[in-house]
Amino acid sequence: MLRIARMYVSSRAVAEDVVQEAWLGVVKGIERFEGRSSLRTWIYRIVANIAKTRGAAEGRVVPFSALVGDDETDRGVEPSWFHDANSRSPGGWKAIPEDWRGIPEDRLVGNETLRRIGLAIQTLPPLQAEVIRLRDVLGWSSDEVRNALDLSEVNQRVLLHRARTRVRRELDAYLRTGSEDA
Amino acid sequence: MTARAMTCREVIDLLTDYVEDALPTQERRRVEAHLATCDGCTTYLEQVRKTIRLTGMLTEEQIPDEDKQRLLAAFRDWTRSGSPGG
Repeated sequence: MLRIARMYVSSRAVAEDVVQEAWLGVVKGIERFEGRSSLRTWIYRIVANIAKTRGAAEGRVVPFSALVGDDETDRGVEPSWFHDANSRSPGGWKAIPEDWRGIPEDRLVGNETLRRIGLAIQTLPPLQAEVIRLRDVLGWSSDEVRNALDLSEVNQRVLLHRARTRVRRELDAYLRTGSEDA
Repeated sequence: MTARAMTCREVIDLLTDYVEDALPTQERRRVEAHLATCDGCTTYLEQVRKTIRLTGMLTEEQIPDEDKQRLLAAFRDWTRSGSPGG
């Protein structure tokens, strides 16, 4: 909850305030909860709405683009990986991605690998991070995530796509460093 | 099928929609037709699936706290700040 609030307000202290207010809202509103969405998505929405209102009152309007990130700055796929339009196979891989099969299982699922994934998620634009966290770490359904974060179906998928693409890339970079990394 | 074959780049862009089963039938078939003959994209797709599985093994605690991260980053900047332009 704190994380959601933190996307929209200026400080942790304000975010904590928001969460407290949200709990009050939950307690007061629980009778009105109609079970059309799951309880957890309903609670998320309450937090997000209060945080957005509070952020606006603080004069801190976070542009949607800052939460979402954009293709140019947080690319998980480089155009340079593919042949250009004038080549014999436009849009084809220049070098085929190396598979991960040669990587020992205990390294692949090791703590360090998981730590790297956590770090990669943490550096994503906030909404991307939130979507991948809810979908892939916590295992929510796409509908739940859409409801909780107030996203269209398409936006939810675009965010998830960017997030997963980025994490795959970081993971690939890490797995290729061999075992000599610090 | 008369539709133009998809390029690797196009396929890569559609893989989340593909994995999420959100593609219209015809597009899904085009992606599958491409994958059937393309080792590069097949490998990439495997990696995406593996990434999803591995991400699912994380616990909330393994995603570092933002404030702690900021502090660490600030500390790194500070220790590097001896050199100009850093």
